[in-house]
Amino acid sequence: MTAVSTATAEELTAAAPARFWDRQRRLGVGVAAIGLLATVLFGALAPSETARFTLSEDAAGAALSINGQVGAIAFGVIALGAGAVLLAGLARRYQTGVLSLGILAFVLSFLCWQVAGKFLPLVDTVSGTLELAVPLILGALAGVLGERSGVVNVAIEGQFLMGAFGAALVGTMATSVWAGVLSAAVGGVLIAAILAVLAIRYLVDQVVVGIVLNLLALGVTGFLYERLMQPDAQSYNQPPKMPEWHIPGLADIPVIGPVLFDTNALVWLALILVFAIHFGLTRTRWGLRTRAVGEHPTAADTVGIRVRGLRYLNVLLGGVIAGAGGAYFTLVATGSFNKNMTSGAGFIALAALIFGRWTPFGALGAALFFGFAQKLATYLSAVGSPVPSQFLNMLPYLATIVAVAGLVGRVRAPAADGQPYIKS
Amino acid sequence: MTTDGPVGAPKIADETAADSATDAAAPGPVGAKPAHDEPGDGDTLLNRFLQNLWAANTVTVTVLSVVLALVIGAIFIIVSDPDVLSTFGYLTARPSDAFDASWTVVSDAYADLFKGAIVDPATITAWANGTGTWRQVFFPISETLTYAAPLVFTGLSVALAFRGGLFNIGGQGQAVVGTITAAMAGFFLPLPPVIHLIAALAAGLLGGALWGFVPGILKARTGAHEVIVTIMLNYTANLFLGWLILQKGVQQPGRSDAISKTVDGDAQLTSFGGELRANLGILLAVLATAVVAWLLNRSAFGFELRAVGANPPAARTAGISVARTYTLLMVTAGGLAGLGGATQVLGTAHALTPQVAGNIGFDGLLVALLGRNRPWGTLLAAILFGALRAGGNRMQSFSGISLELVTVLQALIVIFIAAPALVKAIFHLRAARSARLGASMAKGW
Amino acid sequence: MACAAALLGAVIPSLASPPFVPRLQEIPLRLELRGITKRFGDLVANDHIDLTVEPGEVHALLGENGAGKSTLMNQLYGLLQPDEGEIVVDGVARTFRSPRDAIAAGIGMVHQHFMLVPVFTVAENIALGAEKTRAGFLDRRRARREVLEVSERYGLPVDPDALVENLPVGAQQRVEIVKALTRDVDLLILDEPTAVLTPQETEELLEVMRGLSDAGKSIVFITHKLKEVKAIADRITVIRRGRTVAPSNHPATAHNRTEAYFSPQTSEEELASTMVGRAVSLDIDKAPAEPGREVLKISGLVVEDERGVRAVDGVDLVVRAGEVLGVAGVQGNGQTELVEALMGLREPRAGSIMVDNENLIGMSTKHILRSGIGYVPEDRSHDGLVKEFSVAENLVLDQYDRPPYGNAFRLDPGAVATAARERVEQFDIRTSSAEAAVSTLSGGNQQKVVVARELSRPLRLFIAAQPTRGVDVGSIEFIHGRIVHERDVGTAVLVISSELDEVVGLADRIAVMYRGRILAIVSPDTPREELGLLMAGITDGGTPATGSPAPGTPATGSHAPGTPATGSHAPGTPATGSHAPGTSAPGTSAPGAATPGAATGGAATGGSGAVAPGGGAAASDDDKPAAGDGAAEKGTK
Repeated sequence: MTAVSTATAEELTAAAPARFWDRQRRLGVGVAAIGLLATVLFGALAPSETARFTLSEDAAGAALSINGQVGAIAFGVIALGAGAVLLAGLARRYQTGVLSLGILAFVLSFLCWQVAGKFLPLVDTVSGTLELAVPLILGALAGVLGERSGVVNVAIEGQFLMGAFGAALVGTMATSVWAGVLSAAVGGVLIAAILAVLAIRYLVDQVVVGIVLNLLALGVTGFLYERLMQPDAQSYNQPPKMPEWHIPGLADIPVIGPVLFDTNALVWLALILVFAIHFGLTRTRWGLRTRAVGEHPTAADTVGIRVRGLRYLNVLLGGVIAGAGGAYFTLVATGSFNKNMTSGAGFIALAALIFGRWTPFGALGAALFFGFAQKLATYLSAVGSPVPSQFLNMLPYLATIVAVAGLVGRVRAPAADGQPYIKS
Repeated sequence: MTTDGPVGAPKIADETAADSATDAAAPGPVGAKPAHDEPGDGDTLLNRFLQNLWAANTVTVTVLSVVLALVIGAIFIIVSDPDVLSTFGYLTARPSDAFDASWTVVSDAYADLFKGAIVDPATITAWANGTGTWRQVFFPISETLTYAAPLVFTGLSVALAFRGGLFNIGGQGQAVVGTITAAMAGFFLPLPPVIHLIAALAAGLLGGALWGFVPGILKARTGAHEVIVTIMLNYTANLFLGWLILQKGVQQPGRSDAISKTVDGDAQLTSFGGELRANLGILLAVLATAVVAWLLNRSAFGFELRAVGANPPAARTAGISVARTYTLLMVTAGGLAGLGGATQVLGTAHALTPQVAGNIGFDGLLVALLGRNRPWGTLLAAILFGALRAGGNRMQSFSGISLELVTVLQALIVIFIAAPALVKAIFHLRAARSARLGASMAKGW
Repeated sequence: MACAAALLGAVIPSLASPPFVPRLQEIPLRLELRGITKRFGDLVANDHIDLTVEPGEVHALLGENGAGKSTLMNQLYGLLQPDEGEIVVDGVARTFRSPRDAIAAGIGMVHQHFMLVPVFTVAENIALGAEKTRAGFLDRRRARREVLEVSERYGLPVDPDALVENLPVGAQQRVEIVKALTRDVDLLILDEPTAVLTPQETEELLEVMRGLSDAGKSIVFITHKLKEVKAIADRITVIRRGRTVAPSNHPATAHNRTEAYFSPQTSEEELASTMVGRAVSLDIDKAPAEPGREVLKISGLVVEDERGVRAVDGVDLVVRAGEVLGVAGVQGNGQTELVEALMGLREPRAGSIMVDNENLIGMSTKHILRSGIGYVPEDRSHDGLVKEFSVAENLVLDQYDRPPYGNAFRLDPGAVATAARERVEQFDIRTSSAEAAVSTLSGGNQQKVVVARELSRPLRLFIAAQPTRGVDVGSIEFIHGRIVHERDVGTAVLVISSELDEVVGLADRIAVMYRGRILAIVSPDTPREELGLLMAGITDGGTPATGSPAPGTPATGSHAPGTPATGSHAPGTPATGSHAPGTSAPGTSAPGAATPGAATGGAATGGSGAVAPGGGAAASDDDKPAAGDGAAEKGTK
């Protein structure tokens, strides 16, 4: 409450003189600047060699080709143009579209520079992006459920870890992927339950609980890993890998086919959940009530809604989803558990949640963007690019700071997010 | 960070029955309390002590939290020990086996924890016999203080920000940047002794302050929530460190792994020598605690930050610049965390590695919570955490209990501290007179 | 539902199903509260309260702030549970664990602070908690239809698709009432519903209440405004310090307390003294003002609110040393923004604020406070006090870094404590000690802390916004005394209050504010009716009543630009005088359009359905070109 009120007060004084420099114009300056950067810098640095974007997982097969330098300059100019359109105050109705075009052109310009003289396998990039994004999507969705009903969930990282650990342990002992997924969900719910009880029943600050629970999960999984898994990996830490399902026919569609229809169940789960939660929140009784509880719990209470009950339900459901996201690390990505193996992915999921403005589709978009940045970072370090992978990996974090600072439009959290509901 | 009202206070009355809360005629429900608790009535000191002992006051809750955490830790030790677990297989046949085995493994572990953190009686005997040195006696304490020193700084950083209504989760990132700047000053600047150390410490402080300035100014100017910004800056700092170490000039010549050059001897914090690693850092930490205590309670800035922390609109109405206070506060908090990082790299690590700052930022958060955001409380909490860490090392090497158990213990202690009502319920404590059981600084994004 | 059937039965006996008629006779009471007691710690908020409500009755619950009215109603609505006593609805004893149970029993409540989700549409808010679904999904069309049906049936216009956060308070209140009515309530609780309404809106609300009661609904009407009670209530219950109070001529005994009602014929004086517990005279003793130099001079001030709407729209005001200028007006007409601009808390768009020929615009709040201006904000909990701080610390909240309390670097706790003890004594602040947290004090004493802080240094100008809101009568008298005293020592005083009685009692001149403008500056002797009309935006220059105060307030006449109302009234608007009676009906912007000379004025205010008749507004516009330009600019946008 206090935070919000001061924010608006300060905002007022800051925004007062900014009549001409409205959101679109400020965005325009930014896009034009990166466009200029791309044209001049990327264009100058890019060797005049062919950049090949192959439609497969390797160098073979059909490819889209372009001269690196030409491409870098051309796309840079497009980005510059998009910035100019925004800056001139034109096309206000298509602001989002123009903005996306500008950013896309900037990325393509960058790629032309980096790929010039080399090749970039598109299928590999897209599927790698999606794979990196899946846990982020699931984690962010868990956050959406909790935060839209008013419970801040900073413990996604901990839920990931418990999920990953549970999946590896039970998956190995039962030699079943599905038992692994199930116990991953249980692991996530465990953390979620502690979060829920402390935040809702004992009114502990939710950010504090979240941070401490991350440490608890780190400690517990690390401790049990060293005591159980390390001495006897055979019987505790060799879960079966999740099978990839090949859908005949659909899987043969170029690029999309191998990405979407030759993949594992968790990818589908994540994508289905995005739709389900979106429609649930906007179209169902549960969703209306969830949003009401997150925005104005007292109002919800006065019309007979059980505020705390709904919050418990949503946080626990979130635990299931984040736990399943944790399973991705052990059952899909690596095949075994390791200490602190999520290494901050939970916080990137949190960033995706905020960057995606607390909506399922926003979270999906943000997660894909962050996944792409990570995938690109690996690609660049593999091809020995001069651009340090660390800086690309910073992208999700910096993008989120830019978002919350309101430089690209203000993001607004649910009004009662983080406020415990105290009744009599 | 806590509100004084009892948990069961009629909050709804505050909300909807505005007139009953801003009560006119009769004193409010809270207001009626102090009159009752006035000492007197022939209340002896001892009586009151006993009365308070089982009440949910700060000290009792803290002690019980530690006990509870140790109990849960013991369960972890037992269930993760296959040998002990096997004795439970025939629990009904010979229960004593199971209990004996459990007792042995737990007591051994916790005995090692104690010996590694405070003192090992064997070394005293050895010293008395002349077979050991005094240094061996003080080794555990030295280790405890070594681990505690950086935590004091990061803890103070979090505690100070808390009092100003800001949740500085960025202690980790600020400490990392502090290690970077301090170390770079330590091996790049050609300065004479003493001045070099001061310069390196100052560099650490400035680095942390810079990293704290970012969320501070963003909060002040745009209202960007400091929790989000600082979380993001933590990872940014880590990635930057990871990149920096591998750069030419920074990386240790002749090494291919991620380690920087060593800090000049001049710029290192002097230790007590021999195996005693404790260094000037802990003295600086005590000094910093005193400064922060003064700052909070006796300085104009402290008044401002407490006012802003408790009620920003009222502070603004009274002429205090909320934006300036937020910015300055985050700079100060960042500077403290940066000093923590500097203490770490100048005192013990002496070179940058990707993990040089360890977990001191996040541990600082726990330390501040445990110390209830009071400077001297934070100091004590940091020493407790340092002791757990030092003892954990010995427990790991002697009893084979993973050091991670210490992380578990620390997290559990803080969970119980943060939810005193939970501890109270578990132990059926009476509601305390003065205990702060309300919701802790609850605020969202 | 039962009520509707009963009503039908009364009108067309043949349609009534037989069981209802005898039931109605057996159970004449819709609601009966028996011995309701609620304690918060040591405080007894409700002490054995008995209350009955009959079908179709409007029952007023009257009491001071903090008397326990809302606590009682929150128990009836299931938000709180009584410690003792019984709630009987339609003859059945009920236990309400939550509002859900109360709603099921046919009870609805419109809270003082609206219980609406700002980011939801009207229809979503109304459906919430009673959602109709089709195949698992929300049936939005049906929800809209229901809203429109109810809104039409009871004459409560609401737009189902509007976002609640974009609605003015009056409309939000209608949404609340519709929300209750869609749930088929038989008993509607209205908690201080008129606090945020203009006199016109209040009149409309009372009309709606009459309609509801004609339809057989019972209404419990919580308020502290005597006039409204007398206008609408069938019976009146007075609550004082958690107990019901019987009329003095009524032999109320313990076993017969249910009869302790007042009739609406009871005089206002008797109701007031019953409410407070002693004879009340809110008349403030004060000598005639001796106005001196112009201290505060505001010209052409324009201030915008958070949404960029002009909240203060060209205000000119002068406050002289040794006088109290009262700003009257319904809350939300720009008073808050005006004061915030004065204090440097909000940046004005245009105009100047001079204090002794020094422009305040652009100065920091700290600087303004330092230059000898004292400020009591309208909301002490939000803006005036740091609840966690001690009384002593709150007493130096804006002085902590000045001698003797400290300097830019350090504080002197000794000096702070000494000063605190003096103030506690001087201002009669009832606290266990100066070191106690200010949150432990009662509302009245908290307000005294704020007043003490601001009045304990030499001032040139003292600004008090809603100085006695939510304060007990004793503290009100004390605070009023201090304000008058401050005037008498030669400070210029600006009092802003939405309580007309307070403004009339304190002020030497009254500026009436409406939609960001000062409509008139009048003498406190002006008849209430006229002030009420002004507060509703109706300037009526033709009547001699407004004309006469002009010579009575020589201060305003002496300076040229600052006299929007007094000067302009006499010549400007005799023609529009005839329109005045017609404009009391809401929504008639016709008069403004009818007078061609008033085109700019009409456009400025008429855009939002203003009731201001063009004549009066235009006349004052002509007098101050700056404001007129601003209005025209706004009108063309």
